Amino acid sequence: MSEVVQAERGPPGPLISTRVAALEVRAPKRLTPLLLAAPLLLYMLAFYALPVLAMLLRSLGETEWTFTHYAALPTDTVFLKTFWNTLYTALIVTAGTLLLGYPVALALVRTKGVTAALILVVILLPFWTSVLVRSYAWMALMGRHGLINEALVAAGLVERPLRILNTPLATQIAMIHILLPYMILPIANALRQIDPSLARAASGLGASPWHTFRQVTLPLSMPGVAAGVLLVFVLSLGFYITPAMVGGPREITLSMLIAQQVDQLNWSYAACLSAVLLVSALALIGLFYRLPGIGNAFRMSAR
Amino acid sequence: MRDGASTGHGAAVALRGLEKSYERVAAVAGVSLDIHSGEFLTLLGPSGSGKTTTLMMIAGFEMPTAGDIAIDGQSVVGMPPYKRNIGMVFQNYALFPHLTVADNIGFPLKQRGVAKAERLRLVGEALELVHLPGYGNRYPRQLSGGQQQRVALARAIVFQPRLLLMDEPLGALDKQLRENLQLEMRRLHADLGITFIYVTHDQEEALTMSDRIAVMNEGLVAQVGRPEELYDRPASRFVAGFIGESNFLPAIVRGLEGDLVVAECDGTIVRAVCPSRPASGEPVMLTTRPERMRFIDAATAPETPHNRIRVTVTEAVFAGERCRYMLRTLDGTSIVLKEPSSAAIRRRSVGEQAEIAWSVADTILV
Amino acid sequence: MTIGRLLPATVVGLILLFLALPIMVVLVVSFSEATYLTFPPPAFGLRWYRAYFGNDDWLRPTWLSLAVAAAVVVLSTVLGTLASLGLARLPRPLRVVASGLILSPLIVPVIVVAIGIYYAFSRFGLVGTPVGLVLAHTCLAVPFVVTSVSASLAGIDPRLEQAAQSLGATPRGTFLQVTLPLIRPGVIVGALFAFITSFDELVVSLFLSGSGAITLPRRMWDDLRFAIDPTIAAVSTLTIVLTVALLGVAHFLRKHGDVR
Repeated sequence: MSEVVQAERGPPGPLISTRVAALEVRAPKRLTPLLLAAPLLLYMLAFYALPVLAMLLRSLGETEWTFTHYAALPTDTVFLKTFWNTLYTALIVTAGTLLLGYPVALALVRTKGVTAALILVVILLPFWTSVLVRSYAWMALMGRHGLINEALVAAGLVERPLRILNTPLATQIAMIHILLPYMILPIANALRQIDPSLARAASGLGASPWHTFRQVTLPLSMPGVAAGVLLVFVLSLGFYITPAMVGGPREITLSMLIAQQVDQLNWSYAACLSAVLLVSALALIGLFYRLPGIGNAFRMSAR
Repeated sequence: MRDGASTGHGAAVALRGLEKSYERVAAVAGVSLDIHSGEFLTLLGPSGSGKTTTLMMIAGFEMPTAGDIAIDGQSVVGMPPYKRNIGMVFQNYALFPHLTVADNIGFPLKQRGVAKAERLRLVGEALELVHLPGYGNRYPRQLSGGQQQRVALARAIVFQPRLLLMDEPLGALDKQLRENLQLEMRRLHADLGITFIYVTHDQEEALTMSDRIAVMNEGLVAQVGRPEELYDRPASRFVAGFIGESNFLPAIVRGLEGDLVVAECDGTIVRAVCPSRPASGEPVMLTTRPERMRFIDAATAPETPHNRIRVTVTEAVFAGERCRYMLRTLDGTSIVLKEPSSAAIRRRSVGEQAEIAWSVADTILV
Repeated sequence: MTIGRLLPATVVGLILLFLALPIMVVLVVSFSEATYLTFPPPAFGLRWYRAYFGNDDWLRPTWLSLAVAAAVVVLSTVLGTLASLGLARLPRPLRVVASGLILSPLIVPVIVVAIGIYYAFSRFGLVGTPVGLVLAHTCLAVPFVVTSVSASLAGIDPRLEQAAQSLGATPRGTFLQVTLPLIRPGVIVGALFAFITSFDELVVSLFLSGSGAITLPRRMWDDLRFAIDPTIAAVSTLTIVLTVALLGVAHFLRKHGDVR
């Protein structure tokens, strides 16, 4: 016969997708879901949220609360240079990934079978490799005796090896390479969502392939483009490993500056810089999230 | 099992003043219904009529905001679904994809602590009952829609519940398959003798399968009765329009004759069966079924009391079994007439003037 | 093929080459016999693999990374799965706040997370300990577990749980017999991502490793700063193989793990 257990359940519902289960079983015990989520929430608070918050609060001074560190920023040349360099790099990298990524996304969506699988493999394999290894790979490529220089010398295009490594260009190239999949995947997702009969309809109405692309495909892929741009830009802002490994000694990023300051135990200053970085990232995300359709594209491109 | 209003194998269900509201919308607005032990009762209605919500409340997945549900005399409101011992079949089958057919059917037995050997035996019997012997080792995704539905049925009855609830179980199947499964369910009901409560929006299905039908509209029961009763004597315009096809003839009451009402319709006097006693001069609506009307010649008059009216043929369609005519009366009312397409009956053509007749007993005032 | 088809195909081909080249170079260099980083390698051999496997200075960090990653998998999978189950049933406002907290490590720049954790952990003597690494990496890994398990949960037909209850299964029975088996692919995928996240993690480890808990990525980083030793290529190749294998499985599970 059936068990006589008093346990009850609360109303279920999905988390990230938009499917809603309209189930209601008696008076739901509101406590159970909270009990299930509480361990992780408490854990994150203790070992992540509170530490980060505490650190950020250090930006307001050691003994008493003051905004001097923030007030000093607009005249802080080191900070301004670094911040500008970080922004500039992020812009270049975003533009680069967009330019290179869109065609690949198109190719991924338009091919079928083995070709599509192959393209996917070529995109995913680097994507799955750690940033450290990929940055090292670029060191191997761009060094004095790296592949690029050896090829250029062997082809007679240059007499002596070029200095590619440890320049801003090296950072940009390496970051474009590393962040390219983050641009390709959201765009590919958005392209896949476009109803194929729309392109056919445009064609039937007399639009050339180029016009169909420009007036139908491109506009409809914008949510994916926006998601990719946002993702790449925000990630670029926070990049540390790659610029440190392949970048020039005189151009440092904000995250490198923060790390430096922590090494020198300038906690208040480091915390202040961190706050600026964090707020910049959050502000960008908040801005973009207002755009229609981006939420979906963002979610679906999550690794 | 508890006694009370129960006899035989089937549970008796009593719904009293059942209500279910979401915020300010009332899905069920006051349903009182007695479902007899062992009967096949269908809740029939358009979407939004509250039929599924009512079923869900009987099952225990929705909590009524007012009213009571009693199964075999015992109130079950507040009892969780897993204690109610009711079988349930869902529209999309809801078979557990990670279990084999045999494990699916054995699931309720496992919850009840039935020993493995006994479980295997009962599962085997259930599979035989739904004509799927030997399918035990397959997975639901390997079965067709009709087969999945039969497995769902087997799963819902293997633990011998006294009540079986079905929420539009045949909705996802094609016509032929649906008709076959309808007959199988009918037979299953006869074999098992338990109470079936069936929800559907398909009135043909309801008419075919049910002992009684409760027609629902906007959260209330519009009429409950045997299929013939609902078909021949619809109690309201809604029921007349929802079940089968109906003609509606506006008329003015002229008087009463025994239990008939005399009214003037389109310049002629007609008589109708009437449960109430309307006043003279009152405008009313008479209804009749298209297949109960016939073309007549002035010479041949039917023997039984009948009504007749002059019409013009506006459309004539040959539809295999029957001929279907759209007619127009002198004052513009549209009438549909269906008659068998026998060679002996002369087909009418568009534009032809004719006279039609139908039995007074088939004319209802709604 | 017309110019119209050939040109885009060539462009895409070049970009794909750009994507694949670095990895291929690392692979090739790892089999080089030269002592410095040069291309093309003068000769091929397993010299650097032997250097890796024969050197305790490389093997110890490897074991530590594996151990930390394993612990992170257990901790993050348990916490993350429980949380996903709870999050699914929370009322919307609470759910948004809670999932915001849990998923925020994906958005917050990792340097900020790293120094925040370093700031707090150094006060409690957790720097330079494996425990500190496990605690920190779990925070970074949990978003992947929660995302994966939640997606799995959302994919379960709600009628299945109703059906189970109608057949006599208690809520606990429903969870164990229906829900849990159906989210298993999601849990496994989440666990795989958690492993890789911890195993490859560098930025937080840079601060938390101290001198007592050197992870493999930290060791590679130190090596690269102070001496370019092609052993790195061999280690990199091995980690590439490991990562690709695990994430390949995860990818496959995600696409085909639905028991529909």
